[in-house]
Amino acid sequence: MQRFLSRPTVSGWLLASPLTLVLTLFLVLPIVMIVIVSFWQATEFSIVPAFDFENYEFLFGSPVTYKVFLNTFKYAVITWACTLLIGFTVAYFLAFHVRSQTWQIALFLLCTIPFWTSNIIRMISWIPFLGRNGIANSALISAGVIDTPLDWLLYSDFAVILAFVHLYTLFMVVPIFNTMMRIDKSLIEAARDAGATGAQIMWNVIIPLSKPGIMIGTIFVVTLVMGDFITVRFMSGSQSANVGRLISNDIALLQYPSAAATAVVLLATVLIVIGLLLRFVDIRKEL
Amino acid sequence: MENAKLDLELVSLTKRYGTTVAVDAINHRFKPGTYACLLGPSGCGKSSTLRMIAGHEAVSDGSILLGGRDISALPPAKRGTAMMFQSYALFPHLSVTDNVAFSLKMKGVSSAERTAKAGEMLELVDMTAFGDRMPDQLSGGQQQRVALARALITRPQVLLLDEPLSALDPFLRIRMRSELKKLQRELGITFLHVTHGQDEALALADEIVVMNNAVIEQAGPAREVYNAPKTEFVARFMGGHNVVGLPEGTFAIRSDAVQVTGPGTGLVEASVTGIEYQGTHVSLNARIMGDQELVAQVPEAIFFNNPRQPGDRIGLTWETGQLHPLKA
Repeated sequence: MQRFLSRPTVSGWLLASPLTLVLTLFLVLPIVMIVIVSFWQATEFSIVPAFDFENYEFLFGSPVTYKVFLNTFKYAVITWACTLLIGFTVAYFLAFHVRSQTWQIALFLLCTIPFWTSNIIRMISWIPFLGRNGIANSALISAGVIDTPLDWLLYSDFAVILAFVHLYTLFMVVPIFNTMMRIDKSLIEAARDAGATGAQIMWNVIIPLSKPGIMIGTIFVVTLVMGDFITVRFMSGSQSANVGRLISNDIALLQYPSAAATAVVLLATVLIVIGLLLRFVDIRKEL
Repeated sequence: MENAKLDLELVSLTKRYGTTVAVDAINHRFKPGTYACLLGPSGCGKSSTLRMIAGHEAVSDGSILLGGRDISALPPAKRGTAMMFQSYALFPHLSVTDNVAFSLKMKGVSSAERTAKAGEMLELVDMTAFGDRMPDQLSGGQQQRVALARALITRPQVLLLDEPLSALDPFLRIRMRSELKKLQRELGITFLHVTHGQDEALALADEIVVMNNAVIEQAGPAREVYNAPKTEFVARFMGGHNVVGLPEGTFAIRSDAVQVTGPGTGLVEASVTGIEYQGTHVSLNARIMGDQELVAQVPEAIFFNNPRQPGDRIGLTWETGQLHPLKA
């Protein structure tokens, strides 16, 4: 027994088994379950185990699906662009312009303060700010910038994206800051020695070397935005839809097979997006 | 301009960080086409001096002249200097060729032309076969050659080397230093090499500038600095010297100029405190009056003709011409 346990293959499997067990129970099995259910049949009052492509046929046959997926991509792309711009700038400032490490850590912690409250609270707190009679509108009116309140501030795509950017920018800041901190400062000096201007250093040295961080942040933001449903519901006032809302509506109507099919398609879409991203940048060095 | 030999001059060059003075009003003129070493212990200001010349550190006071032109306020690339960094600072995301061609790319030189120029430089450092490799696929010595090629492609008048050999293992260090010397002779430009190793400085330098506590202690040809140290610090730092206090003053004497004789026949009486066999010679430690320790390097054959043991009474003697008076 002792000898059996001390064989390298056996001990290797044993060491890996707790994690394997956890992942199987809580990741693989639920996904398998969703895939299975997505082939079941449902009527208004019953769910019948079956192997049927009905749900997928309905999903791919409906123009709503394409509209909603397109909308989801739109949110993802715009949110990605905004969080990248803000996240890169913040990370760059922290990594290259803040000289002392104490200040770097202090300012970095400052960035995380909004994360001490829950997502939903941070999101809902925009409502009194952006509303028709909210702080933003009354401030603009009293400043004389506008005469009538802006309608598009709340319950609009603008509000949805604003909330997304607010919620997820930190997921961009952290990985980019992390990669930037690993850039050898003498590389910047070497570039300057070779006559590079500030913009050239940014484009030829800092951005290429920050790519893995940018890519990790991108994966975070894109998956979070594509899987979200609550932000879209609250901030659009139920006027816009993304795939997450499609699924949640099906669930509310107890249409589990249909919801499962949509979930499978969403999962596949996100996996394809990540697969494409990983083809561009090798992030293994960062992990 | 291309091949004009320009001399580099430091005029009361000063660097202050807050209240600490890293470089204290140093003056020196480097003759064109020399291999000069800035030598000193860590924290002596040699690196700050080099970085000021390179333009990576602002000058607090004084100026740097290259061929009579004040370059102290110019950006690094406009100075006619190029720097080779201690850790080489090769761009990890660029191939060897792209690393070498980097400065040309920044100037907007066309792709074909810069590849050709980079090829010439790689040939100069014997790295032609590695143009497509990435820096992390190269050994330390190869990385250093690429860094050299990258610095030289800007056609600098002065090449600044910041402890260029410290990242290499001892064997490679000796090989690379002879290559550096050879390259300097071929190019005929000034190399300014910062190091804390006196053996490195002696092996390479036409001129050694010894720095300590933010000032230049002594500057001159390698042989002069080694043979005739002017201060106690230089004598001790260059090694191979005894600093001895005699009634007439403090002197430096090379330990291989100290001869061992029988008791009562030397200039000073001594007792042997230690013997170390070192191959070509034997290093004999002796204590003389005033509890001063002296080292005599005795050629191996002479020592074993008349071997001494620790505790033996001996006399030590030297030619008076070998004594170099030291400034306090």
